[in-house]
Amino acid sequence: MNYLPKSLAVGFVLATFAASSVLAAGTHPVTGEALADDQTFTYSLLDEFTSVDPQIVEDVSGSDIIRDLFEGLMNQDADGNLVPGVATGFTTNDAKNVYTFTLRDNAMWSDGNQVTAHDFVYAWQRLADPATASPYSWFAEIMALENVGAVMSGELGPEALGIRALDNHTLEVRLTASLPYFAAMTTHASTFPTPQWTIRTFGNDWTKPGNIVSNGAYVLTEHIPMERTIRERNSLYWNDEATILDKVVTLVINDENVDLTRYLAGETDKGTVPSGQYLRLKEEYPNQATSFPRLCNYYMTFNLSPSGPEAFKDVRVRHALAYAIDRSVITEKILQAGQINAFTFTPGATAGFDVPAVAFGQMSQDERNAKAQELMAEAGYGPDNPLSFEYLYNTSEGHKKIAIAAQQMWKETLGANATLANQEWKTFLKTRGGQGFELARGAWCGDYNEASTFLDLLSTPSGYNDGKFSNAEVDQLMLEARTMSDASANYTRVEEILANEMPVIPIYHYAGVFMLKTNVKGWPYNNVEQNWYSRNLYKVAQ
Amino acid sequence: MFNYIIKRIGIAIPTLLILIVVTFYLMHAAPGGPFTSERPLPAQVLANIEAKYGLDQPVWRQMINYSWGVVTEFDFGPSYKYHDRTVNEIIAQGFPITLKYGFWSFIVAIGVGIPLGAIAAIRKNTWIDYFAVGVSIGAQVLPNFVMAPLLIIVFTLWLGWLPGGGWHGGDWEYLVMPVIALSTSYMASIARITRSSMLEVLNANYIRTARAKGLPTKTIFFRHVFKPSLLPVISYLGPAFVGLITGSVVIDMIFSTGGMGYFFVNAAFNRDYAVMMGITILVGSLTILFSLIADLLYAWVDPKIRY
Repeated sequence: MNYLPKSLAVGFVLATFAASSVLAAGTHPVTGEALADDQTFTYSLLDEFTSVDPQIVEDVSGSDIIRDLFEGLMNQDADGNLVPGVATGFTTNDAKNVYTFTLRDNAMWSDGNQVTAHDFVYAWQRLADPATASPYSWFAEIMALENVGAVMSGELGPEALGIRALDNHTLEVRLTASLPYFAAMTTHASTFPTPQWTIRTFGNDWTKPGNIVSNGAYVLTEHIPMERTIRERNSLYWNDEATILDKVVTLVINDENVDLTRYLAGETDKGTVPSGQYLRLKEEYPNQATSFPRLCNYYMTFNLSPSGPEAFKDVRVRHALAYAIDRSVITEKILQAGQINAFTFTPGATAGFDVPAVAFGQMSQDERNAKAQELMAEAGYGPDNPLSFEYLYNTSEGHKKIAIAAQQMWKETLGANATLANQEWKTFLKTRGGQGFELARGAWCGDYNEASTFLDLLSTPSGYNDGKFSNAEVDQLMLEARTMSDASANYTRVEEILANEMPVIPIYHYAGVFMLKTNVKGWPYNNVEQNWYSRNLYKVAQ
Repeated sequence: MFNYIIKRIGIAIPTLLILIVVTFYLMHAAPGGPFTSERPLPAQVLANIEAKYGLDQPVWRQMINYSWGVVTEFDFGPSYKYHDRTVNEIIAQGFPITLKYGFWSFIVAIGVGIPLGAIAAIRKNTWIDYFAVGVSIGAQVLPNFVMAPLLIIVFTLWLGWLPGGGWHGGDWEYLVMPVIALSTSYMASIARITRSSMLEVLNANYIRTARAKGLPTKTIFFRHVFKPSLLPVISYLGPAFVGLITGSVVIDMIFSTGGMGYFFVNAAFNRDYAVMMGITILVGSLTILFSLIADLLYAWVDPKIRY
């Protein structure tokens, strides 16, 4: 079965068009806008990234840089659709457990070597190899590559992994499960090819400027840890002609207020919006301050394990606590940056997910409060017998504000006494992971744009299910969803169960906020995963 | 004197060892580890990583392996957070930066602080004294995490004279604001210590004698007042110098200098054990070294002190 989605074909045509059209001096080849002479894009990072090694990186800012330096089998366009990368296309069998990718023959490494299927085989084996000890090797596991478990545990050698090069330009991947969305996973940095010969020569130092060899639109030319990196366009990139930005600079600025000051002083083209300042900035700089939905949620999780409080085992209490929170106060008065009130676990921005009309989301806050009081009374709590519990969050001013607001709402509406406790991040993770809490803060950002990245969290086998919620129907629905070509009905049903059982209290869905200079164009606002590529950005003349 | 130095070095070695042991155990006693994250790693992945870094061994063995690497090969190990770099590389990059802005802050702090304190003492209870005391109290109470962003707003955003951060090899325009922000509170302390100790000396009997025998004020000041009144300043300068050259997390964070202070604090939050140990050992050694130097300077300033 030949499987080439329409969006992919369109992307390919566009890419070819962009590559073949001669760049008119100083104008954009597609839009015709006049381009700025200086095509340098400077943006800030709040912290130093962990690595630029595709198989080692574990943070978002590192992955952003890697998407410029390296190119995987598939890329995403401005809307998050799959478009060709090193692969021009792929085919899959009916069972969707064997994928064959065809690689373009003009893809080159920055040292002039050709990018071949063997480079992907090496990279994926390296990802799973216990000797690499990659913190992201679990990604190979969720890709369901054949023998991945045995390779990771060292029982089989990396060569047993379900990936092989049929020839220099044909790559075959064998999976242990049917994954209809497998190709989308190849846009993830962990799956990008790496140059074996360079890694062999330089060992751990291979990612340093001067040593590094990469196959993306840019090469790393300078890296001063904690200060800045510079990447410059790679003339050997197969689609270099379509690249407009010549140079991309990152500056590490640890303080978000200083970050904003330096943005306003013109030192960067993209800067941070410090928390609570979005509205003011939007008013002062309407064309620069931007807010858009992101694939992240903010919730509170009940400890439903045996170590959790007896009161929370009563679904009426869980409902009452969830109903009594006025989410508008949190999003509109505290956060003020376009966050969305949440009544479901999965954000509405997730692809293929229709937000189900769960009952408590349809009520007004007064109705919710009345219902909450009713439920609380039914459960046997009242002025003589108030509910008391502890809410745990990780130390942060932002979380503290939300915790105080919630505490006040529970007190006023239900007479419940919540004590607030906070712990430093890693201590908090340890406590929450060990079920040493009653009610705890949680947040999750999707690894990929599909509802299962959220809902799997609340299935029994999930390692991230810190509240230990367990529901046989949810487990069954999530299991079925893995192999369905359209699982949206299952996800809707799971959300309905969650609204009935209320193992977690959804609070809000995140908004991405940043400042971007008006002369920078091409930012993929509609890509909810925010996978952006510098080669698609450009600066117009002003 | 020589025996004294040998004796101090002899004490320094067990001190450092105790520092290593205590820090190592405290670090491992903190909940979580370098690879604890919101997405808990699958057991196999964690086991592979721990095996790679030797974290699967008992803490005492890790400590011995680590110390052995430090002593025999001067190898402080790999960073668990910044996978592309070793602790040696992190220190080699961050320490010269911290050293440079710390050194200049030290020079500014004494260059301004001592004269300010001296003038205030000599012109006691005049407007000059009140002004100097006012300046030093103001500088003391304005914390650098408030002053640093203010400097950026004034000199970068409003006036556009200086870059808002970065290091660029330590060019002067990148050095000005970090040095001002870092040196002021030290400068204020030095001024206050100098003033009070100088006032004490000025009231001493031998100064009255010197005045009585008609020595010019200048001679009295430079020959009889200045040196003895520096004693308390010197005992302050030893630890202050170490504090300045081993980094300030505020300066590194706000001015993005890439110095060691931020690495140190970050390492604690990230449980980046090797980085934390490396910097602790460095800071510990420097503290021991500079308190020794301060003690030797004491003997030079005050002939009554003999070792």
